[in-house]
Amino acid sequence: MAIVFQKPKALLDVPFTYCPGCTHGIIHRLVAETIDELGIEGHTVGVAPVGCAVMNYNFFACDMVQAPHGRAPAVATGLKRAIPTNIVFTYQGDGDLAAIGTAETVHAAARGENITIIFVNNAIYGMTGGQMAPTSLPNQVTQTTPYGRDTSYSGYPIRVCEMLATLDGTALAQRVTVDNVKNVLNAKKAIKKAFTYQIEKKGFSIVEVLSTCPTNWGLDAQESLQWLRDNMIPYYPLGVYKDIVDVKEDSK
Amino acid sequence: MARAIVNETLCKGCGMCVIACPKKILVLSQSKINSKGYHPAELVDQSKCTGCAACAIMCPDVAITVER
Amino acid sequence: MAKVLMKGNEALAEAAIMSGCRHFFGYPITPQTELAAYMSKKMPKIGGVYLQAESEIAAINMVLGASAAGKRAMTSSSSPGISLKSEGISYIAGSDLPAVIVNVQRGGPGLGGIQPSQADYWQATRATGHGDFHLLVYAPSTVQEMMDLVTLAFDNADKYRMPVMILSDGMLGQMMEPVEIKQAVESVQVEKTWAACGHGDKRSHNVVNSLYLTPQSLEALVKERFKKYETIKQEEQKADEYMTEDADIIIVAYGASSRISRTAVNMARKEGIKAGLIRPVTLWPYPDMYIEKHIPHTKAFLCVEMSMGQMVDDVRLSVNGRRPVAFYGRTGGIIPSPEEVLTEIRKITGGMK
Repeated sequence: MAIVFQKPKALLDVPFTYCPGCTHGIIHRLVAETIDELGIEGHTVGVAPVGCAVMNYNFFACDMVQAPHGRAPAVATGLKRAIPTNIVFTYQGDGDLAAIGTAETVHAAARGENITIIFVNNAIYGMTGGQMAPTSLPNQVTQTTPYGRDTSYSGYPIRVCEMLATLDGTALAQRVTVDNVKNVLNAKKAIKKAFTYQIEKKGFSIVEVLSTCPTNWGLDAQESLQWLRDNMIPYYPLGVYKDIVDVKEDSK
Repeated sequence: MARAIVNETLCKGCGMCVIACPKKILVLSQSKINSKGYHPAELVDQSKCTGCAACAIMCPDVAITVER
Repeated sequence: MAKVLMKGNEALAEAAIMSGCRHFFGYPITPQTELAAYMSKKMPKIGGVYLQAESEIAAINMVLGASAAGKRAMTSSSSPGISLKSEGISYIAGSDLPAVIVNVQRGGPGLGGIQPSQADYWQATRATGHGDFHLLVYAPSTVQEMMDLVTLAFDNADKYRMPVMILSDGMLGQMMEPVEIKQAVESVQVEKTWAACGHGDKRSHNVVNSLYLTPQSLEALVKERFKKYETIKQEEQKADEYMTEDADIIIVAYGASSRISRTAVNMARKEGIKAGLIRPVTLWPYPDMYIEKHIPHTKAFLCVEMSMGQMVDDVRLSVNGRRPVAFYGRTGGIIPSPEEVLTEIRKITGGMK
């Protein structure tokens, strides 16, 4: 018998510290598989966020830099401009990327910074115990919206892919999810495309991955996957929002 | 001939592999508890395993290795 | 050697380039914008990187990234922009990364004014960012010194693996003076084996990080850093002494204030007052050694600053109650005149001759 599935080399041989059923683990694996398949571990540098994935420098085998909350795209810009032949990626949650880091995210995209952002959107702040995120849904109950998110008071969620797709510097903006095997394989394709676009110097790429947070949603793994399907996918439709390869030359 | 091997130390008993398996041959063990206090998943009927790796693909802890 | 007339801000930029800096990240703010503009013109010509960031926050984080990759990286700003960099500087210090940060001080607090000030002394030496750490702080007082200190700043940033600040002010930044451009002095380049530059499959991965959740680990790390700071205190203090050997009253002033004070010292000497000047060049480590030397014979100290009195705290700490320490300052963007300082000298020396 031959091994047809095992842990990728780009993941260090240590247990993940994420909650049971947390999709961070799947996404880490997809990024690591991509790094393995593209053979780029030796010249890849990842940027860790502040959030549940704050210690992902303990999981990825490539060189890693820890960034202040929200600043990962700026740190990534410094890393990439320093050594442009290196592949630089950030891995960020919804607070990191779309709250405190909104400016850094938008401007990295606007500059067409040749980096890849993996955006883990689970509509909540996990690390700090379940507060409202900029991507929390209308009426969603969180620790800081205990009566449900009232849009007239706390505003509306931000659709990041749609927003970044309006920028010329964005080469790829794609939203995927990991709630079943087919979607995981599709997410992997998107992540691999994003890294490939970076290798091909096409510009800024972001893959938004709709994810679960069983602990703070107060649901088990199976219920969380269903909640994601029922609530998140309708608000955040899956798909490609910008792909530079599809932008025809004469439409510029 | 195929099998999914669950690393019982890494498994957090989340059950995503159980849901994903098209042959329904993975269950969370009721008798075993690992050192972290979880009931790890286990393959109960290897003869039905096709090595599709759906379980491994859905496992958030990369706890499953698949052989075919 | 031929001299060139250069503006302070631009001289600083040129010196950074000569020191091997090829990565500058900045943002416009008066009175330091010329530094960024100079970099934007020069860097592309020499294969370097000038990037105008979306904010001072983004700029300091880009410095963090470039530094983490092992490059000499710099940013510059002025007072309100330096406040924005607080977080980034703390992370740079906590990650043991080298970096050079320039503050061309202006009136504050808040949006303040655009005229020169020295009111960021506390910020530079006490409170640049949260946590236990220090920056090496250099205070130039001439355009030539701006150039010379920049190379020292980069060398020491690399040697000690810490952020270094050049504390300038709007007057120094804007003024033009003849400078001698010292030809490419081979500055001390260190090998950065810790850099996150890609492991090339030759080593285990490097992690540049400032998170240490175990209190014992964090304490041990901070204590190590403070041992390093102790070494710096012993070896890196720098100050200039002018007519201090027989001085009855010593003025302590840095940067623009020191130039005015020097003139005041000359005026005082003409009146028969034995005045002298200690001009700190490092603000951290504070040049206590220089003050200590003169305690036996000096009768009083006068600290002159363009602020409500910030460095005076350090003068008092050095003097440690052994001699009176007076303070004279102007703030809001006003530069004191030599006459004002002379008036203070006369007041203090009173009947002293």
